[in-house]
Amino acid sequence: MNWINTIAILVTAFLIVFLESHYRGLANLLGAQVDLLPALVVYASLNASIFTVATLSTFGGLWLDSLSANPLGISVLPLFVIGSVIHYCRDLILREQLYAQFLLGLAASAAAPLFTLLSLLGTGAEPLVNGWSLWQWLVMAFGGGVFTPVFFRMFLRLNRAFNYQPLPETSFRPDREIKRGRMPHTDY
Amino acid sequence: MDKRQYYITSGLVLLVVLVLLNLSDQKATRIKLVIGGIFLPLFGMAGSVQQLTGQVANSVTSRSTLLNQIERLQKENQELRQQLMQIQDAWRENAQLRQALSWQKRVGWTLKPAHVIGHDPANWWRTMLIDAGTGEGIRPNMAVLTAEGLVGRVTDVGSGQSRVVLAGDPNCRFSVQVQESRDAGIVAKGVIEPSASSLNRQLVNLIYVPGGSLLKPGQTVATSGDGGVFPKGIVVGHIVDVRTNDFGLNLEARVRLAVNLNRLEIVWVLTQ
Repeated sequence: MNWINTIAILVTAFLIVFLESHYRGLANLLGAQVDLLPALVVYASLNASIFTVATLSTFGGLWLDSLSANPLGISVLPLFVIGSVIHYCRDLILREQLYAQFLLGLAASAAAPLFTLLSLLGTGAEPLVNGWSLWQWLVMAFGGGVFTPVFFRMFLRLNRAFNYQPLPETSFRPDREIKRGRMPHTDY
Repeated sequence: MDKRQYYITSGLVLLVVLVLLNLSDQKATRIKLVIGGIFLPLFGMAGSVQQLTGQVANSVTSRSTLLNQIERLQKENQELRQQLMQIQDAWRENAQLRQALSWQKRVGWTLKPAHVIGHDPANWWRTMLIDAGTGEGIRPNMAVLTAEGLVGRVTDVGSGQSRVVLAGDPNCRFSVQVQESRDAGIVAKGVIEPSASSLNRQLVNLIYVPGGSLLKPGQTVATSGDGGVFPKGIVVGHIVDVRTNDFGLNLEARVRLAVNLNRLEIVWVLTQ
C-alpha cells in the first residue's frame, strides 16, 4: 500500500472540509457551497486501494459532519458507496482522460448530496429543501466535476515529487545477444 | 481483485456508521465537538491571517481618509452619548414605575462577544461556529445577536467553540410580533420559518399572522418573547411583501432579516 498517497489524500480531505466551512465566498456568489469530497473520492477510488477509499470516506464524512448540523456519520456511507462502486469498475474506466474524470466527478458530486439527503430524511431530520435546492444541487455537481481533474493533476505532481520514479528501460535484451564465434561452414 | 477485501471493508464502514447513528444525541454532540476541535488551530490561524491582512490594508490607508473617518466617528459618538443619556433617564423612570406597580425589575442584558470561525459546509442547514464555549459562560439556547438584530440561538456548546443555529434554519422557528402594530394597540404575532422558495439567505417567512392584522411592507418584526428562548424586542427584520392565506384566515409575509448572515464576523451572545 502506498501510504504516502493515503496520507496525502487524508490531509487534502481535512483541508477541503476546513475550507468549505471557513470560506464562503463562492457560496455567497453562487448560492451553494461546492462539496469537493466526492471529487476526492473519485480520485482515490481510481488510484488507491479500497482501504484508502474506506478511510477517506470515514474520516472525510466524520470531519464534515462534525462541522455541520448533520447527524454524526450520515455523510460516510454515501461517500463510501460511490467510492466502492467506482473502485469495483475501475478497470473499465478511462481514468487518464479529462472528460472521463470530469464526468465521474460530476456524477459522484450529484449522487453524494442526494444519498445524504435521503439518509437525512430517513433519520427523521428536517433539512432545508426548497425550490432552490435544485440549483444548489446543480452547482454542487458541476463544481465537483470541474475539480476532479484538478485533483488528478495535483496528486500526479505530488506523486512525482515524493515517490521513486521507475528507471528507464535499457535497450539490452538477452535473447537478442549476438553470439560471437566461428561462422558455420557453407558450401556454395 | 479479491472480493473478500470488499466485503470486510464494507462491513467495517457499515458497522462504524450504524454505531455512530445509534449514539444518543448527547454523546454524538460531544464526539462532534471533539472532532470539530481538531479544526480549531486552523480556524485560529485563518483568523490571524485575516487580521494581519486587515492591518496591512489599514497601514496603506491615506491620512485624509483616516481623518475623515475619525471626524465621522466623533460625531457619531456624540450622538450616541446624547441618546444614551436620554435612554438612561427613561430606564430610571421605567424602574421607578415598575417599583411603584410592584412589577418585576427589568434585568439588563449581559453580552459576550464571539468571533464567527466557520459556517455549515452542508447546503441544507444554516448554522455557524463561534469561538466561545462553556469557558465563556455560553449555554445552549442563548440568543445570539449583533447591533443590527437577531442572528440565532446557541445549540451545542463545547469548551472553546459553540454551534449557533441561524434564523431561517428549519431548527430555528420562533415567535415574533410586528412592532408598528404594537404601537397601534393590536399585537400582530406570527412565527418565523425558513423561506420555501428563496435562494437568498436573508429572506424568511412570517406565518400564522391572524387575518385582520395590518401588515405592510417596511414594518419592523421583532421577537415576541413567547417560548422563553429569545427575550422580547430583538429586531429580526423588515416585511418585504404580504399575502393572504387559508381564504383570508391567515396572513403570510416575507421578511428580510436585519442582519446580513453572509457577512458575520463578530456576534454577541446574550448570556443573561
